[in-house]
Amino acid sequence: MTFDFFVQYLANGIALGSMYALIAIGYTIIYGVVRLINMAHGDFFMVAAFLTMWGVLRLGLPWYVAFVLATVVTVCVGLLAERIAYRPLRKVKISSFIGATSVSFILQNFFVVFFTSRSKPFPHPEFLDRVLKFGTVSIPVVTLFIMAVSAILFLLLSYIVTRTKMGRAMRAVSKDLEAAMMMGVDPDRVIAFSFILSTTFASAGAFLWCSRFPFVSPFTGVVPGLKAFIGAVMGGIGSIPGALVGGFLLGLAEIMLVAFLPSLTGFRDIFAYLLLILFLLFRPGGIFNVKVREEKV
Amino acid sequence: MEKRKNLRRALSVVAVIGVMLFTVWAERHMDAFQVRLIHMWGIYVILVSSFNLIYGFTGQFSLAHAGLTAIGAYTVALLTLSPEAKQVSFMLAPPVWPISVVQWPFVPSLLLGGLLTAVVGFVIGAPALRVHGDYLLITTFGFSEIIRLLLCNVPGVCNGAMGLKGIPKNTNLAWVWGLAIITIFATKRLVDSSYGRALRCIREDEIAAEAVGVNLSFHKIMAFVFSSFFVGIAGGLLANLLGTVAPSTFKPDLSYAVITMAVLGGVQSLTGGVVAAGIYAITSELLRTIESPRQIFGINYPGMPGLRALTFAVLLLLLILFYRRGLMGATEFSWDSVFSRVQRLFGKAKSGGEEA
Repeated sequence: MTFDFFVQYLANGIALGSMYALIAIGYTIIYGVVRLINMAHGDFFMVAAFLTMWGVLRLGLPWYVAFVLATVVTVCVGLLAERIAYRPLRKVKISSFIGATSVSFILQNFFVVFFTSRSKPFPHPEFLDRVLKFGTVSIPVVTLFIMAVSAILFLLLSYIVTRTKMGRAMRAVSKDLEAAMMMGVDPDRVIAFSFILSTTFASAGAFLWCSRFPFVSPFTGVVPGLKAFIGAVMGGIGSIPGALVGGFLLGLAEIMLVAFLPSLTGFRDIFAYLLLILFLLFRPGGIFNVKVREEKV
Repeated sequence: MEKRKNLRRALSVVAVIGVMLFTVWAERHMDAFQVRLIHMWGIYVILVSSFNLIYGFTGQFSLAHAGLTAIGAYTVALLTLSPEAKQVSFMLAPPVWPISVVQWPFVPSLLLGGLLTAVVGFVIGAPALRVHGDYLLITTFGFSEIIRLLLCNVPGVCNGAMGLKGIPKNTNLAWVWGLAIITIFATKRLVDSSYGRALRCIREDEIAAEAVGVNLSFHKIMAFVFSSFFVGIAGGLLANLLGTVAPSTFKPDLSYAVITMAVLGGVQSLTGGVVAAGIYAITSELLRTIESPRQIFGINYPGMPGLRALTFAVLLLLLILFYRRGLMGATEFSWDSVFSRVQRLFGKAKSGGEEA
């Protein structure tokens, strides 16, 4: 393997990793605050991708307007799901997981029934198709775009979580729900806010993902959703830096596996699941060894 | 009391014989659609009963049913396929050695399918000793997906994503329902034994169970192995019913289908499971006909793919939101309740007669 190839793979790995990290943050925010594995997260991602595509193709909007509108609608879908399916089940552990899974299947199959399961091309902005040459290394603009947008979003998130009142309330609820409530934090508002954050990140992730792999189908969200979830567990689910690191590592590892051991490409999903199981069994706190809030019975 | 017991036993035997005679009759006289429906019902009964054992009675939530069914289905499919058929259907790579030559009769294949699945169930159940709740269900989900992806990626053993075709169709209604009845009886006996009490104890409170001397690891593993054996058999029946198996049959959707049935029937009730499996099988086949495109009075009806999955997803959400107890909750069918109902009926009739 020559050096330029390695650099290209590295760039791909970082791009894939940052997309995983963006989506993983959505899982980790929800898990941190509600202790719920939001299985429908990948489907919020899909909804955002579908709506963006729609805005551009059907309504003829420019991509950024379509993206903003799609994000707003996706956030509403997320809040609706939270209100209908998640809030009544918050106290019942396994049921809340089944509820989230049902929401996931409902979203997927709703789109299958009304828009068929065929995948359609995603209308991404044209400037992303260009390829930049750095000497012998050529890197597509979309890769750099992904890295830049993710970096901006990560900074924004860390500002929200560490510097704003709502962010502080989120951290408080995640540490100790009852103590936070005694301090006057309204958990319903905090949880609704974390769903807004999480779906916004899903929407951004969807836009980047579909610019890189420009097809949308009702099942677009499944694979990135699961991979990002694995990333979140690897980093320590419930922790935002954990989701970042876990997502990055998983993306890099996947690309490097394909680069160095191309014969094992078909096995890369299997490796991802193996990593998931090994982490859950032997280091459930993930790389950052996150301590999970004990549920008070 | 002793008389009652004998009567109950006799009634059960009569009921079982009745069901078996019905299956033989149905096989000959019902149309293909109905026969298929009753087949699926029986297979679902086995899957649901075994899920109830793990979740309803032991409290260990598992999403591994799809993967375990796949193990049973592929084992039985590979054992019953003739070597010549394998040479034809393995397109990506020739079958590897032991698989390329074996051909077993149906019954031993089914048994080995069950045993092998039980071994895999042991591997999948072992993590239950370390992790709980959310983490356990994700671990079992991971195992199930790994099994499916392995089936897609090992062309020499199971022909990759193309799956296997031309499997002899040995399954008939008598086999399916005979085995379903055996599953229910075995599970019921286990649940009512001292082992079963230990399992319920684990479900209610693991720490308390351990404190009163219940061996956690033994009982949890036993529940997993026991249930996996029957899941494997259900898989084998499925393979020999459909005549084809492919990894796409064993997506997580299958696990969720089983969960839907279990929740619908009531997770602690085997009777509820049987009823729910019937409802699910009927609804599923009916929706399948609505889904598929065809011509009605010369008008092209495009079909509605995805409708079935959408309906069941909505059903599961509604169940889990408003009807978590299910149809039967934790109650079972018993002859005694039938007796008392009959007595009440006759009593009423008598008093009604007096009034008139």
